[in-house]
Amino acid sequence: MSLHTLSIAELASGLQQKQFSATELARHFIARGEAHNGLLNAYITLTPERALADAALADARLARGEGGVLTGIPLAQKDIFCTDGIRTTCASRMLDGFVAPYDATVVERLAAAGTVLLGKTNMDEFAMGSSNETSYYGPVRNPWDTARVPGGSSGGSAAVVAARLAPVATGTDTGGSIRQPAALTGISGIKPTYGRVSRYGMIAFASSLDQAGIMAPSAEDCALLLEVMSGFDPRDSTSVDVPVPAYSKQLTPSVQGLRIGVVREFFEGGLDAANAALVKAALQVYVDQGAVLVDVSCPNMGLSVPTYYVVAPAECSSNLSRFDGVRFGHRCEQPKDLMDLYKRSRGEGFGAEVKRRIMTGTYLLSAGYYDAYYLKAQQVRQLISREFAAAFTQADVLVGPTSPTPAFPLGNQGDDPITMYLNDIYTIGANLAGLPAMSIPCGFLQGLPLGLQLIGPHFTESRLLATAHAYQQATDWHRRVPAAYV
Amino acid sequence: MAEYVKSATTGRDWEVVIGLEIHAQLATRTKIFSGSPTAYGAPPNSQANLVDLGYPGVLPVLNAEAVRMAIRFGLATGSTVARRSVFARKNYFYPDLPKGYQISQYEKPVVEHGSIDVLLDDGVIKTIGITRAHLEEDAGKSMHEGLGAFSGIDLNRAGTPLLEIVSEPDMRSAKEAVAYLKKIHTLVRYLEICDGNMQEGSFRCDANVSVRPVGQEKLGTRAELKNINSFRFVEKAIHFEVARQIELLESGGKVVQETRLYDSARDETRSMRSKEEANDYRYFPDPDLLPLVISDAEVEAVRASLPELPDEKAARFCRDHGLSVYDAGVLTSSRELAAYYEAVVVAAGGEPKLCANWVMGEIAGLLNRDNLEITAARVDATALVGLLRRIIDNTVSNKLAKEVLLAMWDEGRSADAVIEAKGLKQITDSGALEAVIRQVIEANPEQVAGYRGGKDKLFGFFVGQAMKASGGKANPGQLNDLLKRLLAG
Repeated sequence: MSLHTLSIAELASGLQQKQFSATELARHFIARGEAHNGLLNAYITLTPERALADAALADARLARGEGGVLTGIPLAQKDIFCTDGIRTTCASRMLDGFVAPYDATVVERLAAAGTVLLGKTNMDEFAMGSSNETSYYGPVRNPWDTARVPGGSSGGSAAVVAARLAPVATGTDTGGSIRQPAALTGISGIKPTYGRVSRYGMIAFASSLDQAGIMAPSAEDCALLLEVMSGFDPRDSTSVDVPVPAYSKQLTPSVQGLRIGVVREFFEGGLDAANAALVKAALQVYVDQGAVLVDVSCPNMGLSVPTYYVVAPAECSSNLSRFDGVRFGHRCEQPKDLMDLYKRSRGEGFGAEVKRRIMTGTYLLSAGYYDAYYLKAQQVRQLISREFAAAFTQADVLVGPTSPTPAFPLGNQGDDPITMYLNDIYTIGANLAGLPAMSIPCGFLQGLPLGLQLIGPHFTESRLLATAHAYQQATDWHRRVPAAYV
Repeated sequence: MAEYVKSATTGRDWEVVIGLEIHAQLATRTKIFSGSPTAYGAPPNSQANLVDLGYPGVLPVLNAEAVRMAIRFGLATGSTVARRSVFARKNYFYPDLPKGYQISQYEKPVVEHGSIDVLLDDGVIKTIGITRAHLEEDAGKSMHEGLGAFSGIDLNRAGTPLLEIVSEPDMRSAKEAVAYLKKIHTLVRYLEICDGNMQEGSFRCDANVSVRPVGQEKLGTRAELKNINSFRFVEKAIHFEVARQIELLESGGKVVQETRLYDSARDETRSMRSKEEANDYRYFPDPDLLPLVISDAEVEAVRASLPELPDEKAARFCRDHGLSVYDAGVLTSSRELAAYYEAVVVAAGGEPKLCANWVMGEIAGLLNRDNLEITAARVDATALVGLLRRIIDNTVSNKLAKEVLLAMWDEGRSADAVIEAKGLKQITDSGALEAVIRQVIEANPEQVAGYRGGKDKLFGFFVGQAMKASGGKANPGQLNDLLKRLLAG
C-alpha cells in the first residue's frame, strides 16, 4: 500500500484510525513533490514548512478526536488563489514575489477543514491558455508523456494529481481550465455552477465565467472537497445563497432511468473518430447500467468559441488594469514619468498571450465596437443558455467529449492562437451558461488519456458527481497512474 | 422672463444655457463597496482596505445604505426609482484609481426623470429637470507636495459613495445655476444623505455651459467646467466662461467641446482636455456585481421614512404662519434653521412674523458675524423667546431689544437679567413719562408755539427729544399718546 494511491476517503479513514499521521502523510507527499517537480514543473511554489505546520495542527485535532473528513488531507492550491503569507503569482512575472495579505475564501474554507497545503501549482499566466505554456515559470509536463502538455490553464494542478504528487488540487475554469487538463491527464475535475464557489481571493480573469472547482482522481474525491469549498460568501456578490448538499453522501451508484442527452453538435465536425468511439463506449457503460440515451441538439453551440473570445478578453482587459506598477506587483526600473511607469511595468510584467487578450478586449469594448461585439456576444450567450435549458427538458445530463484531442506535444501550437483556442470548443458552452460540468477519464488513445464530459442544469453538482461515480464503479480509468509515478 | 447677456462689443443678446453635474458624497458610515470607514481627514491610507486598494482577488459588495440614500433623493425629487439598475465599469488609468476602472452607473441609473422647484430672486419659481442621479465610487487623491520627486496616493477617499446628480440644461443664468445648486444642497442635507461640506469636497459640481444667439433653437457647443467648490465660484466660473465664449464666437471663432478647469485664484477657466483627447472609457456592465434590484416594498419603506421636505415645510409656514414665500424660503433653507425658527414659534406661543423677523434678522446677523451655524447659536430658541416676550409685553422696545440680544449673545445671560442689569426696562409709568414730556415742552417753547400754530411736522421732533430724555426707554405708543395730549395743551 502506497499512501499516494489511496483515495481521499481511504486517507481519511487511515488518519482517523491512526494507521498513519497527518505528518507522515505530509512528508510522503512533500518527498514526492521534491522528487518529481524538477521534471514536471507542476508546482510554482512548494510549501513543505507550511505543510508540516498544517499537518501538526491536524494531528493535534485528530488526537483530540476533533478532526473531520478532510483533517490532515494534503492538497495543492492553484497559484491563482491568494494565500496569506505565501506568494501568489498567477504564473505571471507581474506577480512574481507577490504575497497576498489574505486568504481566498476557497483557501480559508479548505484550511478550516484541516487540509494540509503542499504548494501552489503552475498554470497558464492569469489562467489564459489551454496548454500551460504561457506560464512565466515555464510549461508543465504531462506525467503520461513528459514531451506533452498537461492542458491548461490548471495544468499544474492536473499534473500533480495525475502523478500523485498530491491527492487533490484546486483549479479554476473559465472556458475549460479544469476539465480539459483533467481529461488530458486522466483525472476527474468538476467546474461547479457559476456562483457555487466564492471567487473572493481568486485572481480574476473573466469574472462572469471564472469558477473555482476541484481536481482529483475520482468523482468521490471531488465530492468530498467540493462540499467544503462550496457555499454562499457575502464577500462575493455573485456567489449564490443556495444550500450545499452533502455531495459525498449522494453518490448513489445507480443511473437506472437517467436520461443522458448526447449533444449532436459535439460529435459533428472535427471530432476525431477514435475520440468519438471512446465517448460512445463510455455511453454504453451507462446504457448497460440502465440509463437512457437521448439525442439532443444545441444548434448554436458552434458559436460558443467566438462568443467566449469576445466576453473573456473584454472582461480580462478591465480586470487586469489594476496591475499598473503603482501599488503591488512588477514595477519597471527608473520610470521617467507616469506613462512610462504604466507602459514598461505592464509591458515587462505581462506575457504575450495576456497582452494579446488585453489588446483584443480593449478593442472590443471601444466606443463604436461595443454593440457589435460585446453586446452581440452577450446576446449569443443568452441564446446558448436557452438552448441548454431546452436540452435539459429532454435530458438529465448532457454528455460529450471534453477535448478534441489528447495531450499534444509541447511547443506544438504555440504560434497559432486560434488552434489553441479550439481546444476548449466542447467546454466553453458550460461556462457561458454558468452550468456545472465535469470531466472524467474514459480511456486512452495511443497511451494518452481522454475525458468524458458531463454537463448538468444549474446546481446539479450532486447529479453530475453521482453519474460520474456510477461510471467509475464500473471502470478503472481513474485509477490508472503513469508508470513513472506508481 | 428670460435673462440674456448683452455683448459689450456688439450689443447682441446671447442666451446662456447651463446644466450642472453635482457630486454629492453620501453620508454612509462605510464605503460603497467595502467596509472601510468614510470619515474625512484621517492619516493617508488609514481608511483603505484591500478592496479600496484594488488588490488582486478582492471583490466589491454594494452598501445597502448608499442605495437607500439614492432612493431618498429619487423620491424627494419626484423621480423614477429604477427597479433594476446596473453598475458599469468606467475604464481609465490613473494612480488614484486603484482598479483601473471606476464602478459607476452608466446606461441604467438608479434615479431618473425628476425635477425640483427653485425660487429665483424675482420671486419666480422655476422648475429644473433632473435627468438622472446615479451611484458611483469616488477616486482617491494624488498628493504632490512635500514628497520630493515622488507623488503620493491617498486612497482614504477611494470608494466613498457618490450620488452624481445630472440636471437638464434648464438654467439660463449663473444666478439660476447657483439657486439650483443651493436647492440641491438644501435637499441633500434635509434628506441626511450628504453633509454638504463643499470645502472638504463632499458636495461639488461641474457646470456644462454654452451660449447661443437669442432666438436660436440649436444649443451651442458646451464646455464642461470642473473643480468648482463653492457657490460663489460657480457664479464666477460661469460668468467668466460665458464672456469667453461670447467673445470667441463674436470674433469669428468656435467653441470647442472640452473640459475646462476653473482656477479660483485667477478667476478664469483653462482648457484641460478636448473631446478628441477624452478617454474612451470602454463602459461595460461590471460582472462582479449583480444588477441592482429594488422592490416596491423597499421604495415604500424609504418613502415612509422621508422627513418633511423644504418645499412642504415652506408651504406650511406660508399657510399656517402667514409668512411670505420669501421668508418661508429663507427659513427652510436648512433643516436646522427651520427647526430653530419653529422652536421659537412654539415657545412664544404664536407671533410667527415677529419670530421670523428676529431669526432671519438679528440671529442670522450674529451667526454671520461670528461665522457660526444655527446649531451653534449662542442664544437658543427658549432664550430668544424670553426676549420676545419682553417686547410683546412692552418691557423693552424693539430697538433696545437688539441691544439686549447682543448682551445675551456675548455674555450668555437671559433677557430679563440683561434688562435688569442695564436698566433697560421700558418706561410705561404714565406719571414718569408725563414728567419727561413736560420737561421737553418747557425747554422748547418756540417749537411748542410752532406746533400749536399748525406745524404738524414738529411732532416728530418732540418724539425724538422725549425718547432721548427717557434714555430710549419710553414705550413708543404711550409716548405718542401722551405727547399728543400734552402738546394740545
